Amino acid sequence: MKIRLTGLLILVCLIVSSCYNGSEDIKLTFWAMGSEGEKVKPLIEQFEAENPGIRVKVQAVPWGAAYEKLMTAYAGQALPDVCQLGNTWIPQFAMLGALTSLDSLVTASPIIDAENYFDGSWQTSLVNGHIYGLPWYVDTRLLFYRHDILTEVGFEQPPQTWQQWVEMSRRVREHNEEAYANFFSLIFNDWHVPVILILSNGGQLLRENDCYGAFDDPKTFEALRYYVDFFKNEFAPRSMTEFVNVYQGFTEGRLATWITGPWNINQLRERAPELKGKWRTAPVPAGQGAVSTAGGASLVIFKTSKHKAAARRFLEFMSLPETQETFFQLTNGLPAVKSAWNSPSLRNDPEIQAFFKQLESVAATPAIAEWEQIAVAIQVYMEKAIYEQLTFEEAISELNREVDRILERRRWLLQENLLFLEED
Amino acid sequence: MRASRQSILLFLTPALGGMLLFVFMPIAAALLISFTDFDIYSLGYFERTRVIGLDNYVRVFNDPVFWTAVLNTLYFVGVGAPLTIVVGLFAALALNVPALRFKRLFRMAFFLPVVTTLIAVAVVWRYLYHPRYGLINYALISLGIEPVDWLGDPQWAMPALILLAIWKNFGYSMLIFMAGLQAIPPSLYEAARIDGAGWWQQQWYVTIPQLAPTTLFVTVITLIGYFQFFAEPYVMTQGGPLNSTLSVVLYLYQQGFRWWQMGYASAIAFVLFMMFAAISIVQMLIRQRQYGQLI
Repeated sequence: MKIRLTGLLILVCLIVSSCYNGSEDIKLTFWAMGSEGEKVKPLIEQFEAENPGIRVKVQAVPWGAAYEKLMTAYAGQALPDVCQLGNTWIPQFAMLGALTSLDSLVTASPIIDAENYFDGSWQTSLVNGHIYGLPWYVDTRLLFYRHDILTEVGFEQPPQTWQQWVEMSRRVREHNEEAYANFFSLIFNDWHVPVILILSNGGQLLRENDCYGAFDDPKTFEALRYYVDFFKNEFAPRSMTEFVNVYQGFTEGRLATWITGPWNINQLRERAPELKGKWRTAPVPAGQGAVSTAGGASLVIFKTSKHKAAARRFLEFMSLPETQETFFQLTNGLPAVKSAWNSPSLRNDPEIQAFFKQLESVAATPAIAEWEQIAVAIQVYMEKAIYEQLTFEEAISELNREVDRILERRRWLLQENLLFLEED
Repeated sequence: MRASRQSILLFLTPALGGMLLFVFMPIAAALLISFTDFDIYSLGYFERTRVIGLDNYVRVFNDPVFWTAVLNTLYFVGVGAPLTIVVGLFAALALNVPALRFKRLFRMAFFLPVVTTLIAVAVVWRYLYHPRYGLINYALISLGIEPVDWLGDPQWAMPALILLAIWKNFGYSMLIFMAGLQAIPPSLYEAARIDGAGWWQQQWYVTIPQLAPTTLFVTVITLIGYFQFFAEPYVMTQGGPLNSTLSVVLYLYQQGFRWWQMGYASAIAFVLFMMFAAISIVQMLIRQRQYGQLI
């Protein structure tokens, strides 16, 4: 018994002393999603070397589980100090009062300035006039196209306007009846294409301070009809039955264009090396303008963090152009800081340069907590119109009704002045 | 006796306390929440919650997606459960044939899917169902049949999940049926043979009536399991395409944990509970008619 007690005492001493040793350094916890969490290590080591006394513990969270994990951590007060958030999540966490406003950091820091960032992507972190996240990397959707196929049907240049886009689609279909002109990833619950079309057409998504759906807005209506018609005219496939996967479809030439993001540049280079030189990227064809969505991720500091000063240092470090460039080399995440695009690895890559051009004209989706839910509703009702379960007009009016219902809470909270409870 | 009653209570306290804390209190909380619009906004700030009475329940009953989910669940249970039971019964009968060799091997092979985790199974079945490279479509094409986009076609996604569920679960009912078969006295078969009954007649007049209590048990267990239809669509289809594989439990999960509409999700949970209760009462009434008493 005595021996055991001594053993226990020794153990307690060990635990206490190890805790004590640890507490000399500030320990920042940092949650990063997906492959960023695994690949960011070298940057962390560099930061720790430059900032003795601060240790950063990175935890990689898979994207699929991230949202649930964050919400649970929020409910259980177990959020990390610094976290990577998808841009569309920022408004939600801001309204939960979970995020620290970074206004003072932006004012004080010589490194961070709104001018350094792509405007559309900066806007995604602005909620009610306060900045809650620093863009870490950006992404947007572009037109990936088979240059050889488009040339064959008489499009030396990719389509620039919506009329040209339809004409190109018609010709591709006539040229090869097994081929589709476009791939819109309808089956992957992807809402980006219809939203890009609405934004490009100068249409509204929501109206009256983001309190009601605006899908009956003539421009929005027109854009969505244009989207649905791609499927009706068989310019885009409704299901994947005919293809092994998108890469193969694109390689075989049975998909001539594809609207997708920067991560597929490397995927295509690796999966289809034989296609080198045959495919290119271009901004999306323009309606009123060629606007795409401002995707990507930002870094935020949670309000519960006990090491805000260290966290700010960390955010500053991540915003340096040199860091951003290394980050691109490590993860292929496109730099959010514009000056990092001057580095040779980015400048000499034509496929990536098209993203720079597009990023100059991206628009933020509404900065409200309900956006994700609304985006999914758009996709769901368009799917119903495409499969002809509803007429297009019915789909639009039901979508509007559904979005109005989703936003009922927001209207009430605004009316009762309960939406923005505390600002620091 | 009084002392022993006290000690009974004493011994029951930890278990009852646990149940109260972790089962009944959350249920009561969920019931209360179902009368409010508790959602993501309410999480840190309770003043953002409104009591809205029966609005959530009205919404459930007017929600076409909920009814789609109910019909999908009934489709899955109505087609999947009888087939699972029948396949299990046939497997048990086949393994009971004395002349059959390698019985242990077959028994193990049939039971293996039951103990395999669904995630692992789902990965393999996703390959089998692959529209182009899948083994199932390969077989169809070689038989000259048009290939099917199993998980991508709204018409075929549910049959595909049912097929998976049967394969995954029939081993369990097979095992119970085998135990039931062992309990049938050989003299009954002997008597049937003396009366000139063939193999099929023996099964029809001896095995199946003798297995009635076993069948009831298997039916109840299978129905309970199948009504909780969730994991298959969660891993294979996420409820799609076009909500064709959305089950009630999956819908409730999506409302609750994807959109954090806790009030609405709780209301769905209670509607589901009432439906279960109704089905249980019907089942009890049938049993009462059969056996003359409530079991």
